[in-house]
Amino acid sequence: MIPTPRQTTTEDTVSEPVISLRGVRAELGSRPVLRGIDLAVHRGEVVALLGANGSGKSTAVRTVIGQVPVTDGEIELFGTPRRRFRDWRRVGYVPQRTTAAGGVPATVTEVVSAGRLSRARFGVLRKADHAAVRAALEQVGMADRAKDSVDALSGGQHQRVLIARALAAEPELLIMDEPMAGVDLASQEVLADTLRRQVDQGATVLLVLHELGPLEPLIDRAVVLREGCVLHDGPPPKAVGQHALPGHDHVHPHAGHDAAPIRTGLLG
Amino acid sequence: MDILDYAFMQRALLAAVLVGITAPAIGIYLVQRRQALMGDGIGHVAMTGVGLGFLLNSSPVWMATAVSVLGSVLMELIRWYGRTRGDIALAMLFYGGMAGGVMLTSLAGGTNANLMSYLFGSLSTVSDSDVTAITLLAAFVVLVTIGLRRQLFAVSQDEEFARVTGLPVRALNLLTAVTAAVTVTVAMRVVGLLLVSALMVVPVAAAQQITRSFAVTFAVAVAIGVSVTIGGTVTSYYRDVPPGATIVLLAIAAFIALTALAAPLARRRARRQTPGDLPDCGVPAAAGASGAAEESVPATRRAAEGGGV
Repeated sequence: MIPTPRQTTTEDTVSEPVISLRGVRAELGSRPVLRGIDLAVHRGEVVALLGANGSGKSTAVRTVIGQVPVTDGEIELFGTPRRRFRDWRRVGYVPQRTTAAGGVPATVTEVVSAGRLSRARFGVLRKADHAAVRAALEQVGMADRAKDSVDALSGGQHQRVLIARALAAEPELLIMDEPMAGVDLASQEVLADTLRRQVDQGATVLLVLHELGPLEPLIDRAVVLREGCVLHDGPPPKAVGQHALPGHDHVHPHAGHDAAPIRTGLLG
Repeated sequence: MDILDYAFMQRALLAAVLVGITAPAIGIYLVQRRQALMGDGIGHVAMTGVGLGFLLNSSPVWMATAVSVLGSVLMELIRWYGRTRGDIALAMLFYGGMAGGVMLTSLAGGTNANLMSYLFGSLSTVSDSDVTAITLLAAFVVLVTIGLRRQLFAVSQDEEFARVTGLPVRALNLLTAVTAAVTVTVAMRVVGLLLVSALMVVPVAAAQQITRSFAVTFAVAVAIGVSVTIGGTVTSYYRDVPPGATIVLLAIAAFIALTALAAPLARRRARRQTPGDLPDCGVPAAAGASGAAEESVPATRRAAEGGGV
């Protein structure tokens, strides 16, 4: 697969980052998780945030959306300091799947409609809003399950619903936290296709990934974190995956040979 | 219907209907955010308000409202800031509220019997001013839970995502807590402070046995709530049993009935959803062949046709 060239319009110069983190520090409890990271995502870019468990990659995106408070440093979204940023309709967020489980049944449409609230005044959904919700469901191939309870879905289908929820507001920036975790192969392909269409339309994407996997051809740049610091910022390293990352203990047995660990397109 | 001839019964039934609507209406959001026992905690705190009402000789309903709103705001603040010690702080608040209520009632020279009517509900003591207070408070609860249903749904379903849609998450959390506190005092006269939480949780739990969507769960829970509060109130009039206990037991009966109904319903729904699905594993045709004419049709095919109906 050949990555399609980004459509960068002339007025949006590359110098203006959509997301900008400078010297960001954050703690969970009293344990420092981010120890001064710098990160810039420019318009139209697709940036993958990689790192072992506990490296701080999820915490980094959660400081961007304001879920985790920062103890030091600056965060800007679309050139506005995050504290003063109010234009949330431009941002679509896909959290780790574990966070989105309510104790009461809800249909796929009800969950996806919540994503449209950033564009609905006073929480009233109009005709155009309902159409946007439907369109988002069609993009991820879940329109036929619109009236089903989200509890009845598989892990991959659930993830597709969460992505539809983020797309419902028609955002310019997508932030995704491990969108491929626990997702079956068929859904992985749907997700990769959806993301490709978004990128073709000029969307900016920041995603936390465990490994590049099927999204590899889409990714312009990889930022690798290790123990709360940026270890690598540049083109995605070849054969990168959870296995090739520093700090990963390679303990599971090989299938007989000790060849050089070049594995591309690891899916699981 | 001689039951409606008595003014105290008219008041009690009106209060019962309002409780039946409001308790599940806010309860569904508490269940959704997995804080099903929050109403119980507020109920304990409200006891201090009732005691304060006795002591200051003012309306226990308004005093309980003020104190439980304060308590619910405190609980929400503890949830924000005291992540690790949160449960212990909440325990202090609950039992402190209960002990405060008993102490203040005793200082006011009241008897435990006075407090008892607030703890377990009582029909004959619902006064005219109580009805006015309950109606006003119930109107607030209905306005919030229906008017802001999309926002409250989003925040209760996934707080992290709600923040990224630009919703004022903290304000909505606070509003949920305050609305729950107000509901507790609405329900206090009819079901009593100790059983309030049951009416917030049990109708929702019963409804979701048979529903798939939030909107339908909301409607069914309110319908169950109103049915059991009216049923319980009428029963307690004829049988001279405590209304709060009757209402809660009826709600639990509804839960059991709907749970029993849910299994066959889910099975029928699953069949309707996937008509072309593969049939269950059966005995291979050869093994079951005993020469009967029907056996010439492969077992799997018949099952598939049956499933499609």
